[in-house]
Amino acid sequence: MTTDPDTAPALRLRNVSKTFGGVKALQNVDFEVRAGEVHCLAGENGCGKSTLIKIVTGVYTPDPGAEIELFGHPLDTISPTKARALGIAVIWQDLALFPHMTVAENIAFDDMVGVMPRVSFGSRYKARVQAVLDRLNVPLDLNTRLGDLPIAQRQIVAIARALMGEARLVFMDEPTASLTQSETDSLLDVVRTLSSQGIAVVFVSHRLAEVIDIAERVTVLRDGKLVGVYPTEGMTQSRLGELMTGALLENSVSAQDRSSAEPVLVIKDLSRHDEFRGVSLTIRRGEVLGLIGLIGSGRTELAHALIGMSRPDAGEIQLEGAPVRFASIRDAIARGVAYVSEDRLTLGLIQPQSIADNTVISVLDRVLDGLGLMAPKRQSQLVSHWIEELAVKIGQPEDAVSTLSGGNQQKVVLAKWLATEPRLLILDSPTVGVDVGARAGIFRIVRQLADEGLAILLISDEVTEVMFNADRVLHMAEGRIVGEYDPHATSVPDLEARIYA
Amino acid sequence: MTLRERITAAFGGETLALLAFLVVVFVAFSLATPLFLTGANLRSMAFQMPVLGLLTLAMLVPILSGGLNLAIIFQANISGLALAWVLIQFGGADAGVGAFILGAALALLAGAASGALMGVVVAYVGAHPILVSLAMMIFLRGLGEFLTRGGDISGFPDYMNVLGHGSFLGIPMPMIVFLVAALVWHIMLKRSKHGFSVYMIGSNIQAAEYSGLHTRRTLVLIYVISGMICAVAGILMAARFNSVRVGHGEALLLVTVLACFLGGIDPFGGFGRVLPVVLALIILQALSSGLNLIGANQHLSTAVWGLFLIGVMALRWLGERWRYKRRGGT
Repeated sequence: MTTDPDTAPALRLRNVSKTFGGVKALQNVDFEVRAGEVHCLAGENGCGKSTLIKIVTGVYTPDPGAEIELFGHPLDTISPTKARALGIAVIWQDLALFPHMTVAENIAFDDMVGVMPRVSFGSRYKARVQAVLDRLNVPLDLNTRLGDLPIAQRQIVAIARALMGEARLVFMDEPTASLTQSETDSLLDVVRTLSSQGIAVVFVSHRLAEVIDIAERVTVLRDGKLVGVYPTEGMTQSRLGELMTGALLENSVSAQDRSSAEPVLVIKDLSRHDEFRGVSLTIRRGEVLGLIGLIGSGRTELAHALIGMSRPDAGEIQLEGAPVRFASIRDAIARGVAYVSEDRLTLGLIQPQSIADNTVISVLDRVLDGLGLMAPKRQSQLVSHWIEELAVKIGQPEDAVSTLSGGNQQKVVLAKWLATEPRLLILDSPTVGVDVGARAGIFRIVRQLADEGLAILLISDEVTEVMFNADRVLHMAEGRIVGEYDPHATSVPDLEARIYA
Repeated sequence: MTLRERITAAFGGETLALLAFLVVVFVAFSLATPLFLTGANLRSMAFQMPVLGLLTLAMLVPILSGGLNLAIIFQANISGLALAWVLIQFGGADAGVGAFILGAALALLAGAASGALMGVVVAYVGAHPILVSLAMMIFLRGLGEFLTRGGDISGFPDYMNVLGHGSFLGIPMPMIVFLVAALVWHIMLKRSKHGFSVYMIGSNIQAAEYSGLHTRRTLVLIYVISGMICAVAGILMAARFNSVRVGHGEALLLVTVLACFLGGIDPFGGFGRVLPVVLALIILQALSSGLNLIGANQHLSTAVWGLFLIGVMALRWLGERWRYKRRGGT
């Protein structure tokens, strides 16, 4: 069947299945993207999103019986080269760019390699690169080394590279996972620009607010099966979350009044040059204090001062009534402070090492035997205790922690810190790269810990996260606390307006 | 657990493959020459291997931590020099056992101090270990050649022969020293907090620091211990050759790196065990001795060592592919 290329959908998949050694990663999935449409592909980790993208881009061959139609032309097979020639581009999460090359070289890369390079390494190709960047309406210096650019601008370079190859259908795999709110906004603007130029964009994201904001329609997958295709107009985050997880998510304010509990952490007028100024706050036993602020607001810097990674210039930190000065993170741990870093990949966990080692790393003194050597039995007991306690889904404790999904990795981070029996837990953006269902699981743990008396500082740049999980919310901007909110007395749109203003 | 799983869990997956290699090498040379599988040859191997073995242990832990120690040979030489200096002060060949103990202590101190200096620079200045240890290597060589005017120092007391050439229960003394050291290394890496920290630092030092490990202290300790085992090697060399010369054993530097990689130590740090490295050392020694016995040129054995590493890498690659295919990949 061949339809008129002008009105035909950019991509139409029918009855696509993919089996890996008996495991059905995709089962009879239909998927359609209209030309020039922004279409979101949503689902939890392992739902088949990546498999679907890899089939369309020719990395995987679908099981027999699948029909693929691209811009109205039926296709029997796709290979990565063919997919690119047909105008399909994928921007993977790792971007696949070359940090040591310039912006221009990266954008023109595909034209520079191959048997017959279409552009020379002279300066002529730069005009074409500039034209592409002009189409995206983003100013970028062509001669900057890519490695010197922030992630957000590298995204733009990756998009420009796809346009250089005359892409008409662009897949973006979680492009906003490591971006701040304002960077995300400018990226979404670029996506709208692409769409207005007739380029279809398939957008994969864990951030539901963003999905509803940018996409016209959303295709939801769950466990390799199609749940449905929905217009985003009138869609709510909680409804979309339910469709993805198949479970009802509680999205309600859970704030409780903890003002009569004894304070665990009291900060008075804490300052550190160029980072934060005059910060005062109190967290009480059993309280979850939300700290919302954008990247650069000083939120992470404040956390670093609280755990001894940096020394404040002025002000006082009191822990359970006693003033403290931490010389190192080890001091802070010894005094009962634990810090879940926002950067799980490079700071939170030692990715290549085992789940077991990543769990015991913070409590080595507790697994020693009489000779001062680490006792394997004590280690495995401690590890299995926490795996069970936090319901971490793992294969073997000896497996590398990198084999786990984002949500389970974050549980290992929590296990590592809970093993130190902290009194104050600092969670810095704990749900980055964690999918919707797993987020709910993590916050259930957080709430339970608070109920057991732990004081928790929840740092985030997502309004919904603090609204539904914190007892009080502080707003931080430009190194200062600029507002305090009671989740019961405010609303998500109201808070969003104040923070993203 | 099956025996195979237990061995893999305790000593690393490399062990069985290297054991197989070892058997092949032994069988091949035994067939090639009747001189190979004799007490005399095995004893001679057991006298020759320990110096290389101790130096390899000195190289092993810095590599595990993501670094390298290029200064090991000259650390051993300078330590030997410290011992020799004390012995000469107490009358050379007539020096008493007390003088030897004092000299050995000074040798260990020299090894530890040179290691500590490297460790401090690596940990607190953040310079790359290759640069730091290269600087230390050149410094120690210059210092040693200046002190000895490039010559030998010899004439040590007779009782040092016991250490260099004696046996205990039929096992050569140098081999006993090495086996004890290897056992200590095995326990240190597998069971001690220090060893645990070495692996974590080797994979991601920043995350290790954020997890509360003493990363800087660990780095300093790594190079101190490396320097001390170099000193033990230096003392053993003095006892075996009855002389100390700066530059002795220079050719062994890269062989220690070779032995580490043959033993499956990850060149980028974070992974590796002691036992496979010991097996790799035995294989290297067997290749060298065997080729010598069948009358091959000494240089040929160096070439065979190189080929052997390439062969092992190829086999590891095939093994990975096989395991991957068995798991259903393409």
